[in-house]
Amino acid sequence: MIRFEKVTLTYPDAGRPALCDVSLHIPEGELALVVGRTGSGKSSLLRAINGLAPTFTGGTLEGRVTVDGRDTRAHPPRELADVVGVVLQDPRNGFVTEIVEDEIAYGMESLGLPPEVMRRRVEEALDLLGLNDARHRPLRTLSGGQQQRAAIAAVLAQHPRVLVLDEPTSALDPAAAEEVLAALQRLVHDLGLTVVMAEHRLERVVQFADRIVHVQGGGQVTDGPPVQVMADAPVAPPVVELGRWAKWEPLPLTIREARRFAGPLRATLSALQPTPKQLVTPTSAAPVSELERVRVLYGSHVALDGVDLKLHSGEIVAVMGRNGAGKSTLLRSLVGLTEPSAGRVRVGGQNPVELKGRHLTGTVGMVPQDPGDLLWNESVRQECTESVDPDETRRLFDELAPGVDPAMHPRDLSEGQRLALALSVVLSAGAPLLLLDEPTRGLDYPTKHRLVSLLRRRAAAGGTIVVATHDVELAADVATRTVVIAEGEIVTDGPTRDVVTASPQFAPQVAKVLAPVPMLTVADVLAALPEAL
Amino acid sequence: MTRAPRPMRALHPVAWWLWALALAVAASRTLNPLLLGAVIGVAALVVAARRSQAPWAASFRAFLLLGLVVLGVRLVFEAVFGAPIPGITVLTLPEVTLPEWMAGARLGGAVTLEALVAALYSGLQLMAILACVGAANALANPTRLLKSVPGALYEVGVAVVVALTLVPSALAHLQLIREARRLRGQPARGMTSVARTATAVLAGALERSLTLAAAMDSRGFGRLRPMPAREKRITATVALSGLTCLLIGGYALLDASTAPLTAVAMLASGAALALTGLHRANRRAVRSVYRPDPWRWPESATVASGAVAAAVYTAAAVAFPADMLPTTSPLTWPALPLAPLLATLIAAAPAWVAPPVPSAQSTADLVPSIESDEHLPRPTKAVAA
Repeated sequence: MIRFEKVTLTYPDAGRPALCDVSLHIPEGELALVVGRTGSGKSSLLRAINGLAPTFTGGTLEGRVTVDGRDTRAHPPRELADVVGVVLQDPRNGFVTEIVEDEIAYGMESLGLPPEVMRRRVEEALDLLGLNDARHRPLRTLSGGQQQRAAIAAVLAQHPRVLVLDEPTSALDPAAAEEVLAALQRLVHDLGLTVVMAEHRLERVVQFADRIVHVQGGGQVTDGPPVQVMADAPVAPPVVELGRWAKWEPLPLTIREARRFAGPLRATLSALQPTPKQLVTPTSAAPVSELERVRVLYGSHVALDGVDLKLHSGEIVAVMGRNGAGKSTLLRSLVGLTEPSAGRVRVGGQNPVELKGRHLTGTVGMVPQDPGDLLWNESVRQECTESVDPDETRRLFDELAPGVDPAMHPRDLSEGQRLALALSVVLSAGAPLLLLDEPTRGLDYPTKHRLVSLLRRRAAAGGTIVVATHDVELAADVATRTVVIAEGEIVTDGPTRDVVTASPQFAPQVAKVLAPVPMLTVADVLAALPEAL
Repeated sequence: MTRAPRPMRALHPVAWWLWALALAVAASRTLNPLLLGAVIGVAALVVAARRSQAPWAASFRAFLLLGLVVLGVRLVFEAVFGAPIPGITVLTLPEVTLPEWMAGARLGGAVTLEALVAALYSGLQLMAILACVGAANALANPTRLLKSVPGALYEVGVAVVVALTLVPSALAHLQLIREARRLRGQPARGMTSVARTATAVLAGALERSLTLAAAMDSRGFGRLRPMPAREKRITATVALSGLTCLLIGGYALLDASTAPLTAVAMLASGAALALTGLHRANRRAVRSVYRPDPWRWPESATVASGAVAAAVYTAAAVAFPADMLPTTSPLTWPALPLAPLLATLIAAAPAWVAPPVPSAQSTADLVPSIESDEHLPRPTKAVAA
């Protein structure tokens, strides 16, 4: 269906090609998962499928890409619209119309389909992605999961034979991600659609894949069946890491498969009566920050309602909850971007709304959901110079994202590198309270590990960190305490281990495999069993 | 399983524009302040009765404000630069003696009531025309209007609509950047800050436009049917010569020395050629329209009500010019001619014949219970610091 023949893609002013001598064949009806490190060229590979790269990105493409027998050189993206449907990373930027139903019809109108066909297919697409209740709603008022599904429905209505998705679940909470993935799997099974998907959160998607395409650092690409690629890929979900460590054969990719192997391991671990991970619940006198009965309104919408929260030195707090539950608002109140309509916020004994300039950055730091918002200089070097402590920023950035040319423009960095830069800039101000909003979007596992160890060191040195996230693996790995928010209220607040093992929605993979043994990560298992199994 | 309620159908956007333009034509035929006031009142009445909750529906107020500004500017200019009109002097401005070669122009001097009233009438006329355009803007959905644009012009239409959405999205981005500056502890004021913010906003807007362009292209925007090069050349020639004829005809119409018949002939042939070109170009477009807005009796009635007003005003301007263009020197109290007044009232018909828009009550359930944080309007108070 999709064939790459010796494809090399080089962007202008790039030192090395983004894709290097790629030969690849994805047959019809397969779900291919594209994995690779942050910035390795996954997006370039996806965009080359319908010719968006190089048509819209610039650069030169050598070799040949054919989709359903059509060469992308001879056919611009619009001529391939009836064969390839593309959903880019942030669907909000790709919406052309205002209303869900119009958006679904838009692509078919471009293809010039007769009205009766359009009517039928709109209904089909609405049903297939469960959007019928939202059909007359403006797109901008939908939740993140609904927007993602609307974008997929809009593309599917064109009846493409290939669906290309760039990180379809990275901005979604676990439940919304499951919705989208279930819909995709149904499409592959029922309609024989070919799906090519890039995703960092392998734990969510690897079990659905028929083939894994691994984009390596230098732009080379290898592919194969999931079990084979996962056996030695540098990016792997926790269940695979556990399986590799325990030398399970064949390598399990799903919780179900892993649980079949895990019987002996569970027995060993429960016999050991593992000492719980050192959960420091600091009892030190004054909290670093405090929210008292905080209520935030956006118009008539209640974003936070009666929230009480005390944050202590040395804590890493994960804030979890649905898209739109109020996580971001909580962080925004802590840094003074949002003023509560009732209640009191104190950070280091002060009201963050009243803090300005260095007083604010020295008290509380925040990395927003899109870290690029914090970066406006011309180069990485300049961003460092502009920060509070240039040397410290530079050092932190090199640690989190090694090997980046300091002359690069922040816009040309990959999402993970941008986060690393924004985080370094914020950290260099040395605030005791650090807030991170969805920091692992677009991060690969190695970068995530470096982030985790950095955060742990900050906490050990007495810092307080609040992480709003959908990433249960991150929460399990790093957080000492987890707060779950729903509809603007705190539903659960307790040690991470108790919170995440109590709810299947928030449980990390290792906990699911080893339940009822309360262990959250591979590192927990390794710590409990110093000698190899 | 409950089916989503289907919102009431909206009146065809082209009908709104035709109605509003007809009303504007009527306003352009008179300087009678009473009639102009009636036209503005009718536009306001229909907007109040039939506008939706959509963002563009709020634009009527902006157009009215613009009209007031125009009126004010018109009065001030008349007072300062206006040609002297003898009559009752209201105030005397210091007069600047202008050099010989500027004879005929005036700066300052006596301001008469007559001059001011004349300026007020013409200012009111501009305001009424603006109110009509504003009403069309507030009532017609721009994206639905786009569906009625001929296929050959569709791309141009999309460019306009996308450009219109750029402003709100750039404003949202500006807000984000100001927050980011606060997070980095940098001042929100000062020249460098303004320059940097502007650059960032522009870069962001460009980036979003490119993403949108890529998304649109990959969904088939701008697909054309193949057409032989010779055919394409013929179409282009026909369309271009049509536009040229239109230009010449328009010039001839305004130029007193050309016979009016020549001008009209030129205009007619130009229009015919341009339409032929458009029609030929349309054959290349492959677009089809999903659920086109139907044209039913409310649309016809709306357009007819506007047309009645335009026709009656035009006829009245010829039949009794004294009432339609009341004299201001000497000052008289303007009469209120009955026929145009009735026609204006007829033009208010869309307030009843157009299908009603869903009330605020029934749109309330369109507001989602779960809305992601990032799309909510953010209180700006704290950021101003």
